[in-house]
Amino acid sequence: MQANRPETAARDIEHRSRKDARHDRIFRGILRFCALLVLAALLGAALSTLWGGREVLFKDGFHFLTSDAWNPVTDNYGALAPIYGTLVTSIIAIVLAVPVSFGIALFLTELAPGWLRGPVATAIELLAAIPSIIYGMWGLFIFVPFMADHVEPHLADTLGKIPFIGAVFDGPPLGLGILTAGIVLAVMILPFISSVMREVFQTVPSRLKESAYALGSTTWEVVWDIVLPYTRSAVIGGIFLGLGRALGETMAVTFVLGNSYNITASLLMPGTSISSSIANEFNEAVGLHRSALIALGFLLFVVTFIVLLIARLMLRQLAKREGK
Amino acid sequence: MTNLAAAAQTPSDTASVNERTKIKVRDLDFYYNGFHALKGINMDIPEKKVTAIIGPSGCGKSTLLRIFNRIYAMYPKLEAQGEVVLDGENVLDKSYSMNRLRSKVGMVFQKPVPFPMTIFENVAYGIRHHEKLKRKAMEARVEEALRGAALWDEVKDKLGQSALGLSGGQQQRLCIARGIALKPEVLLLDEPTSALDPIATGRIEQLVEELKKEYTIVMVTHNMQQAARVSDYTAFMYLGELVEFGVTEKIFTKPDKKQTEDYITGRFG
Repeated sequence: MQANRPETAARDIEHRSRKDARHDRIFRGILRFCALLVLAALLGAALSTLWGGREVLFKDGFHFLTSDAWNPVTDNYGALAPIYGTLVTSIIAIVLAVPVSFGIALFLTELAPGWLRGPVATAIELLAAIPSIIYGMWGLFIFVPFMADHVEPHLADTLGKIPFIGAVFDGPPLGLGILTAGIVLAVMILPFISSVMREVFQTVPSRLKESAYALGSTTWEVVWDIVLPYTRSAVIGGIFLGLGRALGETMAVTFVLGNSYNITASLLMPGTSISSSIANEFNEAVGLHRSALIALGFLLFVVTFIVLLIARLMLRQLAKREGK
Repeated sequence: MTNLAAAAQTPSDTASVNERTKIKVRDLDFYYNGFHALKGINMDIPEKKVTAIIGPSGCGKSTLLRIFNRIYAMYPKLEAQGEVVLDGENVLDKSYSMNRLRSKVGMVFQKPVPFPMTIFENVAYGIRHHEKLKRKAMEARVEEALRGAALWDEVKDKLGQSALGLSGGQQQRLCIARGIALKPEVLLLDEPTSALDPIATGRIEQLVEELKKEYTIVMVTHNMQQAARVSDYTAFMYLGELVEFGVTEKIFTKPDKKQTEDYITGRFG
């Protein structure tokens, strides 16, 4: 019995390690399956939109990409106007939302007194929870008249009179239009960007900030030279999260964009976007029209993918410059 | 308390008479969220010497150091009363420019904190804030600072790399280089070796020995051997009070106060 004991122990250990190895294998398998599921879903969605849009994409794809015509009566479709509208409204949204989010996040992490931090942070998170249809309704009934009465006439009278850039702010004060859609989008993505920024700004060690202050830096310098570089990749990630949302946003944009397939330089004029075109027309679309809308959906994939690619390249470039 | 502080106020004994006082601390009280953290501190820190501040954790030694360059002011609800007189001017005075103070008083923290930039930029960063230099002049200044911190030979070929790739000891010397790059008059070291291994610690101590030729150094340490090894003067603090301040040799051999003796001999703390 006594002599047996080491042997039994050895057998137990072997048994145990075989069991552990099996568990690990199963666990790894499950995790891999979850990850691949995402990939499969994405690929499936991309391929099925590609297939659904084959009639316009493969018949005369070049025409579809470069034409700004959109005529269901003659079955003549071009994606340029929706792509243009999608990109311009999203860029406006980012240009407006990023600095404001940055300011909110900084104020909350660096400057705000303790009692103000909680309420403001909660308010921002609530902003993120509002459904986009509500933003659309608010945009159409309240913000559009406000823009038409109070903002756009002044823009056209001031900036609109400047040579060259005047064309961007020229036009009748309709209220509806690319600028209005961009502003509504900015409000919608603001909470995403600012909460990401706030979270990551909080991760900057206070000793890092102290060291910078000890060298005589001002609050602004500490933020710009220390906090921002330290959190850079997360901040850019947050911005692109917002941009991704802006590119795909449908309801709110559909309400305030005006749904016109004209490409004009003026931001005050109505336009259209990929997702709002689909939302507006999908109900009554048949045949080639339907195919064109699905093809638009595929293009949204492509546009989003390119934007994410740019983000990656930008991060790599920044890291290189920093000597990593 | 007051008579205790008065007794501790002047370094007595063998201090040579021609030593100039760099920082005069007078009746300094400090409140942290209403908690009385420093109580009536009085001390004279001599110029171009190493003054060590020792004491058990929570005695206020780091707090005292952080008042000397007013870094505490970046947090709300902290309040200092009294005077910290640097070259005849009270730095706690609101009218004393923060910029001027920080260029005169450099600080190195407990853990090495390189900025997320290249090695060169880490040192150049502070200089740039206070002076506009041409590229050549800046390179010279950075080299000078890195040499001063005994780091130049190790990093001269990788100035363009991220400072985060350096070892802990190298990072801490980089932080010292960053501090002395501004050519301060006073250098505050807050437990500069507590996160380092013995070899890196030895190098920093050597460096402190070198640096005191040019700078007035005030060093907080919880390592008594270190205080004995590198400092000329030692202040012993306990529960927010300055118990004893004097020539290091005397503090460590025949201290006036029983409390000091108990701490030095390891009977408490």
